[in-house]
Amino acid sequence: MSQQTGVPWRRRQRTFGRHSGLLDWFSSRSTVGVLMCLPVILIIGILVVYPFVFSIYLSMLNKPETEFVGLGNYVFLWGRETFWMVVRQSLIFTFFAVLFKVLIGLAVAHIIHHLPDRGQRLWRGLALIPWVIPPALGTLGWWWLFEPRYSAFNWLLQGMGFEAIAWLSDVFWARFAVVTVNVWYGAPFFMIMYLAALKTIPAELYDAAKVDGASPWQQFIYVTLPMMRNIIAITILFSTIVTFANFDIVRVLTQGGPRNSTHLFATYAFRVGIETGDVPLGAAVSLFMFPILAVLAYFILRNVRDRSERV
Amino acid sequence: MATVAAGPRLVANPIGWLKHERRWALVFSYFALFVFMIFFLGPPYYMLVTSLKTNQEIANLATNPWIIADGITFEHYWKLFAETGFLTFFKNTVIVTLAVVAITMVVSILAAYALARLKFWGAGILALGIFLTYLVPETLLFIPLFKFIGWLGLLNNYVSLIVVYPTISIPFCTWIMIGYFSSIPRELDDAALIDGCNHWQMLWLVFIPVALPGIIAATIFAFTVSWAGFIYPLAFLYSQDQQVLTVGTVTSLIRGDVFHWGGLMAGALLAAAPPVLVYAFLMDYYIAGLTSGATKG
Repeated sequence: MSQQTGVPWRRRQRTFGRHSGLLDWFSSRSTVGVLMCLPVILIIGILVVYPFVFSIYLSMLNKPETEFVGLGNYVFLWGRETFWMVVRQSLIFTFFAVLFKVLIGLAVAHIIHHLPDRGQRLWRGLALIPWVIPPALGTLGWWWLFEPRYSAFNWLLQGMGFEAIAWLSDVFWARFAVVTVNVWYGAPFFMIMYLAALKTIPAELYDAAKVDGASPWQQFIYVTLPMMRNIIAITILFSTIVTFANFDIVRVLTQGGPRNSTHLFATYAFRVGIETGDVPLGAAVSLFMFPILAVLAYFILRNVRDRSERV
Repeated sequence: MATVAAGPRLVANPIGWLKHERRWALVFSYFALFVFMIFFLGPPYYMLVTSLKTNQEIANLATNPWIIADGITFEHYWKLFAETGFLTFFKNTVIVTLAVVAITMVVSILAAYALARLKFWGAGILALGIFLTYLVPETLLFIPLFKFIGWLGLLNNYVSLIVVYPTISIPFCTWIMIGYFSSIPRELDDAALIDGCNHWQMLWLVFIPVALPGIIAATIFAFTVSWAGFIYPLAFLYSQDQQVLTVGTVTSLIRGDVFHWGGLMAGALLAAAPPVLVYAFLMDYYIAGLTSGATKG
């Protein structure tokens, strides 16, 4: 509506010819629009779309990149046990990491939300610190905590009378460790999103629920969760992408070991493509992520569009 | 059982009982919060403690590793500056980050203004494309980009990071800036148009000042992306003089000393300090940007 009041004025200005032809062209709506978007179009085109297409081509070459082998690299990976272990580990890692990030995020957001107002800012600020530390560097701290000989966790365990654990050399505990560090890093993000969402739920809903005799747990199930359904869905989708494509944590903590048991797609692609020098095979490994990422992206788009239609 | 026992009291003195219950809920909340805070802040705390200990104390298996018993030392920090490439890494990281932030902000503010206000042909598709790019993780494209950087002749040159980081920062910053710009009332546009502003002036004189909180949030984000980047420098850079903080700390500080834990933790903490400080001072902008990024759409 207000747009309509703006446009005629601009037209009139132009018909009166206050500008020369070139200036006029320069300030016309669509020229300005395209000019302003040109840098982003070029950057996305050259550094995202082109590399993606190039990556598909690259993944169909042999190791010295001299010969076209079609789907050879994909077929090769398909028949390798290590590759399937990477697939399984990526799915397990993503599932448990996202699950615990949601649960811890919800729990901490809830606790902080119900604290007296004065303390909330401080606690929120402190809880977000893991998210602010660059993940590669935060993981270094964890690596030192898990160090086989000096592990500070083992010191605590032994003090309580338990056996020391070989955190990073035992398959189960190494997988546990990478998930733990990912949850440590990502849960604060969920907490912030949920805390912001909790603040938008009208207090009248809770008052009504209380009058109806709902227990705190029932209030959570029948008021909080339905009101937060959307934000929970979108954070899960976003985080699934980021977690599934994770690199830093596994790379610093275990480098994929022991015996490749903690490799994710990204770390395995790095090992194969950059470190062993089989660039095409590495490209094929990371492209295997694409179908899953595409499905997640589809759901995110649908969620975002649904919401913008409702508003 | 418990409810039966509480029943009569509830009738006799409902207010008192509720107060009692609420206080216990609060005690329980603080206890749970305390446990979560140990999980969140334990590792950074332990890094700090280690970085301030003497090597003898770190090596001593008998003492409590969680506290400093033998006195504080800054030796690991001095060594970091004097004997390692830490300052070079720091300088490189600052250069890369400043360039990435500048490129990101110019490109994304222009694009966001155009997409929020100028309904030109293809604007919808472009906005969708930018959103999809935002969903592309860097680990999907690092191998073709590795070849691309090699082809540009920028392997083992930190300029390569200035080339690739904007692909991560621009989509997100454009996206949140579209949100901020769209929330500016159109009456402001009209007023500016009546005063004879063209679109360039309008962006510069109206939109940027009004959307300053959004611009600060986007700047912080671009800064963080660039400062924390890990996979690209790990793939592209291999010599000390070109290295940046994240990879330099993780890879080169480990080799330096036989017993390197103190120095390693000191390096990791110092390298993480700038993002943490920016966050500490601009927390509200940071959180506003974070929450608007995924919710505005």
